[in-house]
Amino acid sequence: MALLEVSGLSVSYGRVAALNDVSLTVREGEIVTVLGANGAGKSTLLRAILGAVPAKAGGVTFAGEDVSREPPHARIARGLCLVPEGRRILISLSVEENLLLGAHMRRDTEAVRREMDAIYGRFPNLAERRKMLASCLSGGEQQMLAIGRAMMARPRLMMLDEPSLGLSPLFVSKLFALIRELNAEGLSVLLVEQNTTKALAVAHGATVLELGRVIMAGDPKALAADPRLQEAYLGEGAAAPAPY
Amino acid sequence: MSGYLTGVLVVLAFNVIAAYAVYLPLAAGQLNLGIAGFMAIGAYTAAYLTNEMGWTILPAVVAGGAAAGLVGLVVGLPVLRTHGIYLAMATFALGQVISAIFLNLDVVGGAAGYPVTEYAPPAAVFGLAIGVVLFMLLLSSTRFALYLAAVKGDPTVADLLGISVRGIQAAAFTLGAIVAGVGGGLYAHHFSFIEAQHFSVLLSVFTVLYVLFGGTQTVWGPLVGAGFFTLVPELLRAGDQYRYAIFAFVLILFMAIRPQGLVTTAMLRLRRRAGSAA
Repeated sequence: MALLEVSGLSVSYGRVAALNDVSLTVREGEIVTVLGANGAGKSTLLRAILGAVPAKAGGVTFAGEDVSREPPHARIARGLCLVPEGRRILISLSVEENLLLGAHMRRDTEAVRREMDAIYGRFPNLAERRKMLASCLSGGEQQMLAIGRAMMARPRLMMLDEPSLGLSPLFVSKLFALIRELNAEGLSVLLVEQNTTKALAVAHGATVLELGRVIMAGDPKALAADPRLQEAYLGEGAAAPAPY
Repeated sequence: MSGYLTGVLVVLAFNVIAAYAVYLPLAAGQLNLGIAGFMAIGAYTAAYLTNEMGWTILPAVVAGGAAAGLVGLVVGLPVLRTHGIYLAMATFALGQVISAIFLNLDVVGGAAGYPVTEYAPPAAVFGLAIGVVLFMLLLSSTRFALYLAAVKGDPTVADLLGISVRGIQAAAFTLGAIVAGVGGGLYAHHFSFIEAQHFSVLLSVFTVLYVLFGGTQTVWGPLVGAGFFTLVPELLRAGDQYRYAIFAFVLILFMAIRPQGLVTTAMLRLRRRAGSAA
């Protein structure tokens, strides 16, 4: 069953078109990855799905309901969430306060407490530093906190915007293991990544954007072997080595 | 208590109230440079109600706060579309406009000032200041304080987390205006005389200085800042004419060394840890 259905979505910043007629589907329990070069519109797509940037045309359906007119908090309440690029944790707050902010719309205090403990169980580093300012965390720990914060909203679909950006290779592997683990527990994932190899390896479906349009979509394994993917990142003719 | 000491403490109490009126929007990342204007609204509204309408002080002061809050909400919604230096300029202009209106409003005395008949004793002033501090402490333990920190720290992320950034900003701005209005209303009834010239830019700027000096990271900053600004010049009286020069020098030195303000989050955390280890 389709959990997220994006149909014909277009977004403009002033006169510049950032997204043009983009459609994609995430089925319940799937990991779908969105690939593309810088400026392809990947971040804009995630923000538009959440409702943080207005769509000029097209619609977003989540769990069978048309949410196109809803503000971000209503979509979050339905189970959508976004882990923003660059993690963007709040460094003036403690680790625990960051997690609490993720659950700010919930009133079931006891369940929030339990889930926070579960997150601490999953990320022992965060548990040790729960009262410390989030600015004390390493880049990898900050990414864990950003994901933990998103989990506190009890999402059904987590959108991750370039989560591996700036992480050490060790943490990148941990991160992808975590994404697989969360997915195995039933969380659907929409993943924007620069690390195409790893993203295609975990994904069940993939979409490639170029200048705000979908240029390829389908099976990740087939896409990984497709030379057009490389062209989407590096421009046409990039597959051939440049002559000296 | 000697008359001098009471006088100093009353000034301290009013400064503390004003400091929290500035702190509230500042905690959401907005600099309100027109806080004196909101105090004026509270002062004139409350004074008019006791003088002309025969109200008692308490409801009049509450009404003063409500009037300032209403203006804060109505004006805040468009003004809060601006950010940073532009917001500071807009609120600065707002303060000037309000002050100028009262200066020309003959029904409340115009430029000659407005005597207030009802009198509020020092105890009422202390009570209000303590009440404001307690209210702020209570607020700092609620979700609202987290929202303020999120909106100040990273409005984009606050938005992505589903926090209504404009709503929180408007609420902080309005709440600050209410506190300023209540403070102004009591000010009018304690000093028994108000004039538009008192609610000047200088008053706004000084109040902002208290808060920046004390630090905006914690709820204690404004209290410490207002205390420092009120009491230290008194202690420097021995320096006679030079005391303001000495004070200004200390201030510049301090801001150069510790721009984050006197009280910081890290400092409080350190204390708490030392306390729990002991």
